Amino acid sequence: MRAYLIRRILLIIPTLSILSVLVFLSVRFIPGDTVDLIAARMETFLGPGAQVDRELIERMLGLDVPVYVQYGRWVGVLPTPDWVTGETQFKGLLQGSLGESLLRDTPITEMILERLPVTIELGVMALVLGLLIALPVGIYSAIRQDTAADYVGRSIAIIGIATPNFWLALMVMIFPAIWWGWSPPMEWVPFTEDPMGNLKILIIPSLILGTAGAAGTMRLTRTMMLEVLRQDYIRTAWSKGLSEKVVIMRHALRNALIPIVTLIGGQMPILVAGSVIIENIFNLPGMGRLLLTALGERDYPVVSGVNLFYATMVMASILLIDMLYPYLDPRIRYS
Amino acid sequence: MSDATAIPSPVSEPKRRNKLVEFFGRLVREKPLGTACGITILLLILGSIFANVLAPYPYYEMHLADRLTGSSAQYLLGTDQLGRDLLSRILYGARISLVVGLAATAISVTLSSLIGGLSGFLGGKFDLLVQRFCDAWETFPGLILLLTVMSIAGRGLPQIILVLGISGGLGGSRVIRGWVMSLKENDYFLAAEAVGNSKWRAFMRHVVPNVMPVVIIGFSMSIGGIIMSEASLSFLGFGLPVEFPSWGGMLSREGREFMEQAPWLAVWPGLCLTVLIYSLNMFGDAMRDLLDPRLRGAGN
Repeated sequence: MRAYLIRRILLIIPTLSILSVLVFLSVRFIPGDTVDLIAARMETFLGPGAQVDRELIERMLGLDVPVYVQYGRWVGVLPTPDWVTGETQFKGLLQGSLGESLLRDTPITEMILERLPVTIELGVMALVLGLLIALPVGIYSAIRQDTAADYVGRSIAIIGIATPNFWLALMVMIFPAIWWGWSPPMEWVPFTEDPMGNLKILIIPSLILGTAGAAGTMRLTRTMMLEVLRQDYIRTAWSKGLSEKVVIMRHALRNALIPIVTLIGGQMPILVAGSVIIENIFNLPGMGRLLLTALGERDYPVVSGVNLFYATMVMASILLIDMLYPYLDPRIRYS
Repeated sequence: MSDATAIPSPVSEPKRRNKLVEFFGRLVREKPLGTACGITILLLILGSIFANVLAPYPYYEMHLADRLTGSSAQYLLGTDQLGRDLLSRILYGARISLVVGLAATAISVTLSSLIGGLSGFLGGKFDLLVQRFCDAWETFPGLILLLTVMSIAGRGLPQIILVLGISGGLGGSRVIRGWVMSLKENDYFLAAEAVGNSKWRAFMRHVVPNVMPVVIIGFSMSIGGIIMSEASLSFLGFGLPVEFPSWGGMLSREGREFMEQAPWLAVWPGLCLTVLIYSLNMFGDAMRDLLDPRLRGAGN
């Protein structure tokens, strides 16, 4: 197990390195020179006729050195000089710094940490609500295979996969408003200030975010349960006279759960992508909105930082799910 | 595999010519829902090809006197804030969705067959390098990656087709690589090499034909995802520019802004999108079941 863990973590290193190069370089391909952009902004700020020192801006942003040196500084293997004092210090990814925003005087790490709780809360609630819907429906659909309930459940799941979540969100905002004059709350309240108000705001966005994943989970739960229910040991359990509850929950579900856990790992990227759209529609101050704002304002260091953070988060969660396997299924032994 | 050819079958010529007819017969008999979805797709394709004939007005024509009117005999689905006919815009929107879906899928099929095929066939260092690159690419949540790349490429039709095609191709290459690697281990491939064929010839003659069904089915099923991605990007303002009546863009602009006064602007484009993606998924499922029963349930 430990050897496997070490190997997995070592395999992450090349992936992360390529990722960091991609994230760093991608920003350089965005049309429009960052220096021009800042110079233009400074001119409008200082008024017409102001002299803007382009070389100073380049030095300020650390753009006065070759790309590989910039990358080295960003990663933190090369020292970054302070543009005023000239003092050098290592501050990059390896030191836990993602750099600074072009437009705001805030470290990117801080900006992300400020938005992270919202996105995590939304994601976790979506995942939990999704499972709460998908597992019972999937199990019921399997044990009552080919009944009306089974068909209804499966049809809803298939329609759920095809429905874009941004459209679903718009429908939830429009029809209750027309029919009952009710619309979902849009003013953000942090959990620490008003827990109930916070949950009230998040319940509908996370339900909508959860449905997309729930449809897939429901279909897989049904398939896996059907597979497991055909096994010999289930027949033995029935013939021993065990109750339906014990056979289904203890004998069948536990074995059907293993691939479902994999699917949940695979859903992390979908959840992240969905959260960007849902945060945008419901006006939630999470990471997705940070990314969209940064892309809109062309604040490229923030874009790189958020992208790298998202990717690392997804990678870590997939690794975590893999680590859970031996606990779920004692037959799996990593060596 | 194609082991049925081992025994010469006494199929007469005229019967073989009817294979296509027979296939459609099976489709209608065994997959009524799939057939209905196929017809829906066909109707949408025809609607989008003949949009300029079918649409009552040009999609950009403004009727300022009839702004935000509900459905009427004059405007079947109503109008938007500039008095543009919603039905016409939706018909042209279908054209956009289908053009993006088909073109991006074509790019993605070509690219993933090339990368996946070569990576699986050559193996070794090339495979290792390509796989690490694909790992890094796939770790990005799809939409995040597309958003960033679109902001680099700029908004536009060729850009979105290329971006969706390339990113789909890199993702899909994994599946092709897996199949090529498993087919390479088959005895008939080793036998083909043993009788003196070159490795390349054995690959082209014995691996490629067997991967083709996977390629075709896999990608007929990815069109829906690509159309959904285009709509999502346009919804977030990073897809097609405002002049295009893209369903996602219509939902995000007119649909969101006027959802109280004119809810139909948010209802119809989304409904069409849902119906199109649903039909593509169900039709893809039906085709897969009929063409290659071994893959049944693979998409669940």
